[in-house]
Amino acid sequence: MTITVYIPGDSSSLSLGADRVAISIAAEAALRGAHIEIIRNGSRGLYWLEPMIEVSTPNGRVAYGPVTASDVHSLFESNFLYGNDHHLRLGLTEEIPYLKNQERLTFARVGITDPISLQSYIEHDGYRGLKRALGMNGASIVKEVTDSGLRGRGGAAFPTGIKWNTVLNTPSEQKYVVCNADEGDSGTYSDRMIMEGDPFVLIEGMTIAGIAVGATQGYIYLRSEYPHALQVLNEAIAIATANNYLGRNILGSGKSFHLEVRRGAGAYVCGEETSLMESIEGKRGLVRFKPPLPAIQGLFGKPTIVNNVISLASVPIILDKGGEFYRNYGMDRSRGTLPIQLAGNIKHGGLVEKAFGMTLRELLYDYGGGSASGRPIRAVQVGGPLGAYMPESQFDTPLDYEAFSNIWAVLGHGGVVAFDDTVDMARMARYGMEFCAIESCGKCTPCRIGTTRGMEVIDRIIARKDHAASVQLLRDLCDTMLNGSLCALGGMAPYPVLSALNHFPEDFGLQQTQQAA
Amino acid sequence: MKQHGYNEVVRDAIAQLKGKPGALLPILHEIQDTIGYIPADAVPVIADELNLSRAEVHGVISFYHYFRQTPPGKHAIQICQAESCKAMGSDQLTAHAKKRLGIDFHETTPDGNFSLEPVYCLGNCACSPAVMIDDEPHGRVTSERINQLIDMAKRGN
Repeated sequence: MTITVYIPGDSSSLSLGADRVAISIAAEAALRGAHIEIIRNGSRGLYWLEPMIEVSTPNGRVAYGPVTASDVHSLFESNFLYGNDHHLRLGLTEEIPYLKNQERLTFARVGITDPISLQSYIEHDGYRGLKRALGMNGASIVKEVTDSGLRGRGGAAFPTGIKWNTVLNTPSEQKYVVCNADEGDSGTYSDRMIMEGDPFVLIEGMTIAGIAVGATQGYIYLRSEYPHALQVLNEAIAIATANNYLGRNILGSGKSFHLEVRRGAGAYVCGEETSLMESIEGKRGLVRFKPPLPAIQGLFGKPTIVNNVISLASVPIILDKGGEFYRNYGMDRSRGTLPIQLAGNIKHGGLVEKAFGMTLRELLYDYGGGSASGRPIRAVQVGGPLGAYMPESQFDTPLDYEAFSNIWAVLGHGGVVAFDDTVDMARMARYGMEFCAIESCGKCTPCRIGTTRGMEVIDRIIARKDHAASVQLLRDLCDTMLNGSLCALGGMAPYPVLSALNHFPEDFGLQQTQQAA
Repeated sequence: MKQHGYNEVVRDAIAQLKGKPGALLPILHEIQDTIGYIPADAVPVIADELNLSRAEVHGVISFYHYFRQTPPGKHAIQICQAESCKAMGSDQLTAHAKKRLGIDFHETTPDGNFSLEPVYCLGNCACSPAVMIDDEPHGRVTSERINQLIDMAKRGN
C-alpha cells in the first residue's frame, strides 16, 4: 500500500530545510522498500513547527514537527508512516488547537492540497464558485460580492462590491482585472501563502471578477522578492489554461479571460494601486492623482478592478456559498474573516484566519504564546511599516477596521509584528522615516522631502539637540505629511512615528506626562 | 556569459517581448535574468525598439531597486532590514555579515564571489530574521548560520 507523506514546499518551509527533509525521506523510504508518495503541499501556517510533515492514516493526517533531515532515520524507526509515536509527533493535524480554533474560509485548502493539482483543487470544492458565476449575469455576481460585506484586504478596506460595480457600469471595449500581489509590508505573508499554497483559488477569484465586470484580461503584479510564488502561479495558469478554466470560451460559456503574471522590481510604492498600474505599463512607479478612479480610468486608461490577493481569493467561497454565508462571520462593518499573520518576536508565529472581532491580546498570547525571547511584549506594529505601534494598554482592541481607526491605528493587511522590551522605539520611528525615504516615489514634496527631514529631526531628538523644539518640529512635519501627501506612503509614514512618540515618550527622552503635546 | 553575447541577449529579449502591452519591465527582467544586470549599452537599443527616449528607459532602470546597472557577484546575499526581522536581531546579523564579507550594502567582494544587498521583506516574517541567497530563502538565520551559508556557497563555486 502506498502511504502519502506531505512535506510543505512553500518558501518559508524551504527556508527551514524542507527540501533536505524531503530528500532524506525519499531516500530512507527507498532503502527500506517502503512505498510512499510525497506531496509538496503549502504550509498550514504553523511556522514554529515547520518543516511540519504529515502522513495520511485511516484516522486522518498525523503531523510531526519541526523535522530536520537528521530526524528522518528515527522517524522511520518509530514507524511514523503509520502515525506511531515519536518525540516530534503532534497528533492529528486537525486537532492541533492553533489550527482547530481557526475559521479558515479563504485558506480552506492551503496546506491540505497539492497546490498545482487541478484535480485536488476541484475535489476540495474548487471551481464551484466559478461554475455558479457562469450561470449568473454580471450584476448578480457583483451583488453577491457586495452582500458579502467583503472589504479590500490589502489594507484600505474599501468595499470590494462597490469597486466592482463602478467597473461594471463604466462602458468600455476593454477592461482589466489587476491583482495586487506586491505584498511589501513587513510582517505580512498571507498573499505569498495563497499563491504558493493554493494558486487556483486566486485564479478562480480573478476569473469570476473578469466575468462579473466584462474584463477579458487579468494581470497579477507580483513582487520580485517572491520567485517561488512566480513559479507556482505560472504553472497553475498553464494548467488552468490547458483545461479551459482560463482563455477563450471558458468551460463552453462563451466568456473569455486571459491571465498573466507581471513581476515588480523591488519598489514598495508599487503596492499603491496607481503606481502599480504605471509599473505594469512599463513606467517608473510614480503615483497618479485620483480622480480619475482606477475603476473608471485605470490600466492603460481603461476601467480596472485592482484588488489584493486575499480579496480576490475570498471571492470563490463567496460565490460558492453565497454572500450571506460570508457575511455571517465578523463584527459590525468588518464582515467575514481576516487572515492574520503573526511575526517578529513571537513564540508561535504563523497564520491565523479568524472572523473579525478577536482581541489583539488573544491573538498575541492565546495563539502567539507570547514573545519568542520570553521577555514581555512591549509594542506591536499592526498593518505594516505604515501602521501604528501599539502599547500593551491597547492590546484589548478587537480586530475590526473601525475599532482600530478609532484609536489612530490600522489593521491594514493583517500583519502583526511583536517587539519585546529591548526595543528602542525612537530607533524604530527613525527607521519608519528612513524606509519611506528610500521607497518614496518622489512625486509629491511632503513625502519626498519630508521623509528625509523626518529622519534628520529624529536623529536630533535621539541626540537630545534642541530637544523640545525638535519634538515640536517633528509633530509639525508629520502634520504636513499626513495632510499634504499624494498617497498613503507619505500620508501614513507619520503613523509609526507619532504612535511611537505618543505611546513610548520615554524612548525619546520625554516624560510620560509630556505625551499630550 | 561573455561580453560579445550581450547584444544577442538584448535583441532576443526585445524581439520576444516587445509585442506585450507595457513591455519594458518584462524586457528588463529577461535581460537581468540572463546576464545578471542591465548593461549601459542595452539602453539605447531598448529605447530605439520601444520608441522611447533613452532618458525614459534609464529612468525606469534607476527607479526600481531590483534592477542592477553593474555586474553582481557570483552570489547575491540579501538580508531583510524590515521591522519583523529587526525585532529578531537583523541589525546585528547585518553588521556581522558586513564584517565577515568586508563589504557594505550594494558592494561586491573583491574576489567577485558575493554581493550584499538590503531587502525590505521577503515574506518570511514568521521565521525572522530572513535572508535570501540567490533564489534560496533562509529563515531564523543566526550569525553562525550565515557563516555556514557563506562557506557553503564558496565551496560550491
